Amino acid sequence: MTIPVDLMYARSHEWIKIEGDSVSVGISHYAQDQLGEVVYVELPEVGTAFAVGDELGTLESVKAVSEFLAPVAGEVLEVNTRLEDEPNLVNDDPYGNGWLVKLSGSAEGGEFLDAAGYKEFLEQESA
Amino acid sequence: MKRRAIRSEPLFFERNSRRVRRQGYLLPVLDVPEVTPSEVLPPELIRKPDPHFPDISEMEVVQHFHRLSQLNYAVDEGLYPLGSCTMKYNPRINEEIARLPGFASLHPLQPQSQIQGALRLIWELEESLKAITGMPGATLQPAAGAHGELTGILMIRKALEARGEKREIVLVPDSAHGTNPATATFAGYRAQEIPSADDGTVDLGALDRMMDDTVAALMLTVPNTLGIFEHQILEIADLVHSRGGFIYMDGANLNSFVGRALPGLMGADAMHINLHKTFSTPHGGGGPGAGPVTVSEALLPHLPVPKVQRDDNGFELLWKDPASIGQMRGFYGNFLILVRALTYIWSLGAEGLRSMSDVAVLYANLVRHRLNGAYHLKFDAPSLHEVVFDDSIQTRHEVHNVDIAKRLLDYGFHPPTMSFPLIVHGALMIEPAESVAPDEIEAFCDAMLAIAEEAESDPGLVRSAPHDTPVGRVDEVRAARNLKVTWTPDDEG
Repeated sequence: MTIPVDLMYARSHEWIKIEGDSVSVGISHYAQDQLGEVVYVELPEVGTAFAVGDELGTLESVKAVSEFLAPVAGEVLEVNTRLEDEPNLVNDDPYGNGWLVKLSGSAEGGEFLDAAGYKEFLEQESA
Repeated sequence: MKRRAIRSEPLFFERNSRRVRRQGYLLPVLDVPEVTPSEVLPPELIRKPDPHFPDISEMEVVQHFHRLSQLNYAVDEGLYPLGSCTMKYNPRINEEIARLPGFASLHPLQPQSQIQGALRLIWELEESLKAITGMPGATLQPAAGAHGELTGILMIRKALEARGEKREIVLVPDSAHGTNPATATFAGYRAQEIPSADDGTVDLGALDRMMDDTVAALMLTVPNTLGIFEHQILEIADLVHSRGGFIYMDGANLNSFVGRALPGLMGADAMHINLHKTFSTPHGGGGPGAGPVTVSEALLPHLPVPKVQRDDNGFELLWKDPASIGQMRGFYGNFLILVRALTYIWSLGAEGLRSMSDVAVLYANLVRHRLNGAYHLKFDAPSLHEVVFDDSIQTRHEVHNVDIAKRLLDYGFHPPTMSFPLIVHGALMIEPAESVAPDEIEAFCDAMLAIAEEAESDPGLVRSAPHDTPVGRVDEVRAARNLKVTWTPDDEG
């Protein structure tokens, strides 16, 4: 179960990476493993504004449909259009090519764990 | 005689090519002048490639569909333990009564004086369902359970509007059927999830925090999708009612308590009843569905029209009622399904219906008792007509719920419901229903125990199942990612 140290994690299993004024959002390795093979990704429209905790989009696997939430408040700057044809990127490369959305804004207002904190959180969850 | 094994049954289109041409039907001699398409149609509408209509005889058509039917599995073949679905036997007498010409040959526009028997049947079934649920009103119009949910929530919306209130939220437990949040959304509300407590029932503290004057209703399945009775149902109903909300009860699991408990006394304001579950009408392809709704005093004025009324002169359909939500289905719902349900209710009688539920609960607990330990039970509160195990013992050997389900096919059983409810990871949700013989339940448990054993001794065997079915493991991921539901001549060869 990989948990890169250069990312921050929400308790709802999204990761964020801050690059200037843009916040990249994806789901963790643990989350994609729990979901199983993703077969369809529904992404928000560029320009839509979200508050922390709003439903950003949905991930459909063979087992279930799950939503992913906005870990920070902001406007959608860009979505990962590759996922339309290659939803498996969420499973194969959750921290890289499987990113979901880029939002404007900063980490302010969101609650995040660092890699060590997230690892501990996962251990508590599965206990 | 040895039966030829059916390994695969090609499509008509696939058996078309490179064979002698045949015809299944001879058209009558043409008695009008023959024209070519180009004489009468614009060129862009004329198909150029060969449409590849199959050349097959009538007997080939019959054999094709007969073979397909033999590849199928059905309630008439053995245990069908799909949790939350109540796959029970469909008694033959239901079919016999539904085929009586006085029912089967009715025209929906026939004068009411000629359909008094049919109107009485509707009235009688409404009375029966009112008695079974302990609620004062009913409509039989909805065409399915989810349609019943919508009917119920629309009545609740109407009642709120009549009070001059506009609420926005419908609360739904995290163990609910997916139709509940879908219904709430469809009826113009926002669905909000309530977490379950440690025993799998509604977390009363969370409900207390969330239940305010923006909440229109709580949708609740009783017993819940874990088969566990909401033991705090009276507190839950009081809390919701005292803050101006309504209780919508999802009747999917009614088969567990007919004759033993009354939703009306539990505080339900509206409840749908899946006739194809509890009252033995066919599921799916066997016929259309029906999802009658019973209602409390508070929702009575808002029942859909037409309503069947009885007076000294007989029965009549009432079409006008200002407070009604209107009509939910053409004419009066799927009438012949109602005939089957009333036949079932009357042939079992009150005593029979009570033992129906008792046996359904007994069987589920037999399964629970025999499989507990071999399979993990996340919520071990006492359960009624279904039991939800998970695959956490088997995942130590990399065997998942889907593998167990596929292996059951090799043992000749339909698998249970999988991966639902969502609060149990790797769920295997088993509902035997009351209609099979106890030997069949024991044989199913033997198969499940054998598979648990195999998961340890030979996990590869389970992971690669099924081995003895005409079609092996289907690649569900590839099927979902590359959706293709049509055949084209390019697929040939």
